[in-house]
Amino acid sequence: MMLDSKIPDGPLAEKWSKHKFNLKLVNPSNKRKYTVIVVGTGLAGSSAAASLAELGYNVKSFCFQDSPRRAHSIAAQGGINAAKNYQNDGDSVFRLFYDTVKGGDYRAREANVYRLADVSVNIIDQCVAQGVPFAREYGGLLDNRSFGGAQVSRTFYARGQTGQQLLLGAYSAQSRQIKLGKIEQYSRHEMMDVVTVDGQAKGIITRDLITGEIESHAAHAVLLCTGGYGNVFYLSTNAMGCNVTATWKAHKRGAYFGNPCFTQIHPTCIPVSGEHQSKLTLMSESLRNDGRVWAPKTKEIAEKLRKSEIKVTDLKEEDRDYFLERKYPAFGNLVPRDVASRNAKEIVDEGRGVGKSGIAVYLDFAESISRLGEDSVRAKYGNLFDMYYQITDENPYQQPMRIYPAVHYTMGGLWVDYNLQTTVPGLYCLGEANFSDHGANRLGASALMQGLADGYFVIPYTIGDYLATIGPAAVDTSHPAFAETKKHVEERIQKLLSLKGTRTVDEFHRDLGLIMWEYCGMARSEEGLIKAKGLIQELRASFWKDAIVPGTNEEVNTSLEKAGRVADFLELGELMVDDALDRRESCGGHFRLESQTEEGEALRDDENYAYVAAWEYKADNSPEELHKEELVYENVKLSQRSYK
Amino acid sequence: MSENMNLTLKVWRQKNAEAKGQMVTYSAKNISPDMSFLEMLDVVNEGLIKKYEDPIHFDHDCREGICGSCSLHINGRPHGPKHATTSCQLHMRSFKDGETIVIEPWRAAAFPVIKDLSTNRQAFDRIQQAGGFISVNTGGVPDANEIPIPKVIADEAFNSATCIQCGACVAACKNASAMLFVSAKVSQLALLPQGQPERYRRVQAMVAQMDAEGFGHCTNTGACEAECPKEISISNIARMNRDYFTARLIKDEV
Repeated sequence: MMLDSKIPDGPLAEKWSKHKFNLKLVNPSNKRKYTVIVVGTGLAGSSAAASLAELGYNVKSFCFQDSPRRAHSIAAQGGINAAKNYQNDGDSVFRLFYDTVKGGDYRAREANVYRLADVSVNIIDQCVAQGVPFAREYGGLLDNRSFGGAQVSRTFYARGQTGQQLLLGAYSAQSRQIKLGKIEQYSRHEMMDVVTVDGQAKGIITRDLITGEIESHAAHAVLLCTGGYGNVFYLSTNAMGCNVTATWKAHKRGAYFGNPCFTQIHPTCIPVSGEHQSKLTLMSESLRNDGRVWAPKTKEIAEKLRKSEIKVTDLKEEDRDYFLERKYPAFGNLVPRDVASRNAKEIVDEGRGVGKSGIAVYLDFAESISRLGEDSVRAKYGNLFDMYYQITDENPYQQPMRIYPAVHYTMGGLWVDYNLQTTVPGLYCLGEANFSDHGANRLGASALMQGLADGYFVIPYTIGDYLATIGPAAVDTSHPAFAETKKHVEERIQKLLSLKGTRTVDEFHRDLGLIMWEYCGMARSEEGLIKAKGLIQELRASFWKDAIVPGTNEEVNTSLEKAGRVADFLELGELMVDDALDRRESCGGHFRLESQTEEGEALRDDENYAYVAAWEYKADNSPEELHKEELVYENVKLSQRSYK
Repeated sequence: MSENMNLTLKVWRQKNAEAKGQMVTYSAKNISPDMSFLEMLDVVNEGLIKKYEDPIHFDHDCREGICGSCSLHINGRPHGPKHATTSCQLHMRSFKDGETIVIEPWRAAAFPVIKDLSTNRQAFDRIQQAGGFISVNTGGVPDANEIPIPKVIADEAFNSATCIQCGACVAACKNASAMLFVSAKVSQLALLPQGQPERYRRVQAMVAQMDAEGFGHCTNTGACEAECPKEISISNIARMNRDYFTARLIKDEV
C-alpha cells in the first residue's frame, strides 16, 4: 500500500482552512445515526468524546481505569504551549510551528505542526471557558512562563499540575455528555482487539476487568487515544497501567506503526533506589535553571561516595566535574533534554556515577542558595524539593539532589495521515498514541497541546469526511468478523492462563526493560541493537513457556491483564530495535554511535533519513515491511543543532 | 542508611463484591525503607504469585499522588500515617521493623468492595455528571483573556480544584459523607465567573445525586479535612451549604 499523508496543497498557513472547507460534512440530523468508539480518556480521548457527542454523534468511551479522570494525562506537571503572544514578546503561530519542527530535529511533518500551532490558541480559550484555573497575574489576566529553553513565554500553567486541571476540564465536558446520554462510558474495560470488516474498522473487542466478560462493540469509526508505550522500558515516568496493547493490536490488524524507536528520555528524574522500584518520578526540568549538574572527577572519588566513606558536601571544588558547563560553555546546564541525558549516561558508564547504586549524577543548588538565599529558591522550587525529600529522604537544601534520565514520552506511534486516520480506514489515532507532531524529540509543554488539539479541534472536522462517505446505515456485531475476533481474543487469554511456569510477568517485564534501556535507549549501535534483537526473541520465547499467570478469566485478575500487556511489549520491543537499526543517524534523543561529529556530538543525516518510518505487520515472528514517507521542508531550513 | 525491615501485614481479602471478606495475615520480609508502600505490596504479591496464589488486589496507577486511584486504609487511617500524602507516596521509612500493619479498603456503603482493597467509586463520577461542569460546547467561546479573574479568586478556586477524587474524605468520615469532595467541586466553579450562570442549579443537582448515592450526612467532625491528601479545606463545605440554602430559598430551579 502507498502511504498517502493527504497533506493539502497550497501555502502552509492556508492548508488547514482550505482542507476544512473541502472535507465532507454530515447533515446535523444524520449525526445521531452514527456511533463512534473512543478508546482512552486522557486529554485526547476525553476531548474527542465530548466534542463528538456535542456535535450529535453517539459515543462509546472506554478506559481501563476506574474513572475517566484517572488517565495518565492527569500527571503532566509543566504546562501547555499556545501562540497567544499575550506577553508581547514576539510569539506567533509561525514561531511556535518553527520551534516545534526544529525541536523535533526535523523529523515531523510541516503541515501537521503548523495546524497544531494554529489551533493552540483555541485550546486555551476552550479550557478557560470550562473553568480550568490557569495561573493568573494580579490584573486578572493569564500568566505565562518560558519553558524548556523557549525564547518566548508561551506556556500556560496551573501550578505543578497542569495535566490534572486540563484533564478535569475535558472530563467535565465528557461528564456532561454522559448525563445527556450522548456518551456511554465503559470504565474498567480494556480494549483487546480491533474488528475490521472488509479492511475497515467497525468495532472493538473489550474485556470487563471486573467480570472478565469479553464483549463486542460495533461503531462506524474507532478512535484510539491510548497514550504512549514508554512502559516497554519497564521503568518510566508513565503510570503503571500505561500500555501499548490497543495500538499494537491495531498494528496487527493493518495500521502501520510510525517511528517506533523515537522515545524521549527526560534528564531530571529521581534515580532508581533498588530492585523493587516500580516506576520513576519526573521532576520539572525548570530545576536546571538554577541547579548545576556535576559528578566526581574520578572513579575513585565516586567509589568512596557510593560507600559513604566521604560526604558529598565535603568534596572540594577541584574534585568536581561540572561536565555540562565544561563541554557546552554556551548553554551550560540548559542544554536540551537529549544532550543532558546522554551526558549523564556517559558519566555513569565511566564509573563516575553516585548514590548507592552508582546510577546518578548530582544536581546542586548550593551556589543558587548562597546567591539567591534559601527562601527564594524555596519560592521557585519548593514543591519539587518537597517531593524529592519525600521520596529519597535526603534534604536538597542541604545536599545536592541525585538525578538520572528516565523514559518519559514516546514520539512514535501509529502512523496517521493529515486527518489522523491510520492506514486502516475508519480507525483513527490521537494524542501521544500517534506519531505525528513531535518528530524525533518533543518540546516541553507540547504534549498537552497536541492531545487537546487532536481531540477538540481536528477530529471533529476530519471524521465527518469519512462518516459522510460510508453513510449512516446501522452497524451491529452480527458480522462474522466480530465472532472471529472475539474467539481470537479468548484463545489468547486461555493461552496466557495456561502459563504455569516459574517466573512472574513482572520479572519478564523487568528483563525486557533492561534490554531496551541498554541497547535501544539513549545511545545505540548496530552491534548492540543486533544483540538486543536476539535477546528479545529469546525472552519472548521464554515468556510463553515459563511465565506464571495465576487465576481465571472470570474474575478480577491483574496478573492476566499484565501478562497480555507484557506479551505485546515483547513484540513491540523487537520492532523498536528494527526501527533503530534502520535509522543509522543520530537524531533527537537518539545517539547513534556510528553517526557522530568529530567532537562526538550527534550527527543527523538529512540526505538519507529525512523520512517517517512506517512499519507494516506481516505475520507473527516474521520481519515487518518498512514504508517510507519522505519529509518535505518548504518553510524551515534544516540545520545541525549545536550547543557548544 | 537504615536497615531493611520485616513486617506483619493484616490485609482485607474479599474475592468479589458478593463474597464474605476476612483479614488475612502475611509477612513482608526484607523490606527496604526506600520502598513506597505500594512497592512493598508488589513484593508481597510477587511472592504470592510464585506460589500460584491470588495476589492482593488494590487500585493504583500513576504512583505520583495525582491520579487518585490508590485508596488504602492503613492502620485505621485513609492513606496511612503521613499527613497530606497518598498511599502511593507513603514510604516504608514511616514504619518500624517488626511492626504489624493493618490494611483495609475504603469502608462506605456508596463504595462497595470490588475485590480485596479495591472499591467501586463510580458514585463520584455520577455526582460530577449531575452538574460538575460548565455547559459550553467546543468552539465558539470567548478569548481567554476576555474573562479577567482576580488572582485571589483564581487561587482560591485552584485550591478547591486540586481534589484528586480519591475518596479519602468519605473513608475518614464516621458517616461516610462525601461533603468535602462535592463541596470542592461545587466551590471551584462557584468561585469562578464562568461558573455563575449555572451556580445554583449545579449545587442542587450535585447534592441531590450525592444523597441518592447513599453517602451520609456531615456532622462537622473535620476528619475529612485532616485526612485529605491534597489538604482541601473544610470551608468548601460551608460555601456549598450557603449556596445550597440560597438556591433553595430564592432560586428554586433544577
